[in-house]
Amino acid sequence: MNPIETHVLSVAYDVEPAVARLTWVVRGGEFWAVVGPNGSGKTTLLKAVLGLLPARGGEVRLFGVPPAKFHEWRRIGYLPQFGGAPFARFPASVREIVALGRMAVHRFPRLLGREDWRAVEAALDLFGLAGLADRPVGELSGGQTQRMLLARTVVNQPELLLLDEPHAALDPASRESFYELLCDWRQRRGTTIVMITHDSASAGRYADHMLYLDRTAVFQGTFEEFCRDPEMGRRFGPYAQHAICHRHGPARETAR
Amino acid sequence: MSEFLQMLGFAFVRRALVAGVAIAIGCGLLGVFLVLRRQAMMGDGLAHFAFGAVGLALLLGCAPLALALPLTALASLAIFLLPERAGPYADAAIGMISALGVAAGVLMASLGGGFNVDLFSFLFGDILAVNPGETALAAALAVGVVALVFVARSEWLAITYDETAARVAGIRPTRWRRLLAVLTALVVVLGIRLVGTMLVSSLLIFPAVTALQERRSFRGVLATAPVFGALSVVGGVGLAVAFDLPAGATIVLWNAVFLACSLARRSFRRRPA
Repeated sequence: MNPIETHVLSVAYDVEPAVARLTWVVRGGEFWAVVGPNGSGKTTLLKAVLGLLPARGGEVRLFGVPPAKFHEWRRIGYLPQFGGAPFARFPASVREIVALGRMAVHRFPRLLGREDWRAVEAALDLFGLAGLADRPVGELSGGQTQRMLLARTVVNQPELLLLDEPHAALDPASRESFYELLCDWRQRRGTTIVMITHDSASAGRYADHMLYLDRTAVFQGTFEEFCRDPEMGRRFGPYAQHAICHRHGPARETAR
Repeated sequence: MSEFLQMLGFAFVRRALVAGVAIAIGCGLLGVFLVLRRQAMMGDGLAHFAFGAVGLALLLGCAPLALALPLTALASLAIFLLPERAGPYADAAIGMISALGVAAGVLMASLGGGFNVDLFSFLFGDILAVNPGETALAAALAVGVVALVFVARSEWLAITYDETAARVAGIRPTRWRRLLAVLTALVVVLGIRLVGTMLVSSLLIFPAVTALQERRSFRGVLATAPVFGALSVVGGVGLAVAFDLPAGATIVLWNAVFLACSLARRSFRRRPA
């Protein structure tokens, strides 16, 4: 069963569609970068896939099931675009927020057990947050907050990771180590990844498929196809396209 | 102190303490969520609405709480539903419901031939006049709120921190928001019997804000806020009985004292040596 399938999907906030007639299939184990200009419908697409926004037309399948009937949320890790504390002095520790990721494992009452807390500690370790576990979330830097949210996203070891600009608050070094971590995670677990990003160069380095969205799919396919696509050359400019494609090959070899 | 202990011999004082502490515990817990969701004024809006509902009940000659409880619960749902249907204007919804309640109260009082003693007792509260039925209701409500918050503390934290992520964890925030609204309405209606329409929102806001100064974890804040609320009620009733003061006002003053001490302690801790 494919993790994501959309068939002529349209989503609209008002009259104009934010996503129009998109047919897109994400197969198990693939790493997709979703790129496109601001307002092109990238975040809207992820929300529609998760059932957070209703489809105006067409259909969505999440592991073969429409989102409204999907209940196996533990299979999915989702990092929203703005997922930080609602305000600076929010009274929760890093450990408490990472533990929220385990909610999808249980049904009401979602009381966490020993196994859950072990998974939380492992996720904290993985993202270098063990020393910050008891710190209030409002005292974290932007990069630390992002690492905490990533830890919350992967604490269930999901099969499908949906990441909406996950490295927006990360410095270049943290960004690199984030990608390494992501590739390592994918390699060891065969996780399917869909990542919205404006960082096309890094996306080209690590992802193996690309969806260029501008309300509908302007391009979708492998990076090899992307590199040969004249329309993408026009959109990105030949130099940028070359830079993305040039970085793509060797880095992927290293990552693997 | 000895006077206060003597006063405990009176059943009406014991009832006042039990009902007051029960409502303070319920308000303390729910207030944390309201403050964190930036809906702290919801208690105020619902109290004003409840005032109108009490006015209607008195005009119709029925028991005030029997009408005010369901009507205010419906109003609380409207506060949540209006922004869902008409846009993200939660504060505007609170303002409208509040104004509607006061307008209804004034209208009912006018139709009923002016403000009478009963309506005044709901406006300013009379904790020492709480009857056994109201005390039992307050205690049952407090037990229900404590149990719900304890069992579902992770759900509450999830929807308070990030509703979108909570939905993807399989939680349905709308249900929890509505439950929060109805529970808030119930504690507010019972709360106006104790401290009055004008002051009941202080039971929701003060303990939560004080606890937020004192504790840094979600569990810590949830455990602390009801304690501040309960201590304020005990201190307030004690002062009121000892010096023949209005209990609603002394309860609020105790709440303010706790917050002031907490803020002072915080700023003292921050000062460099």
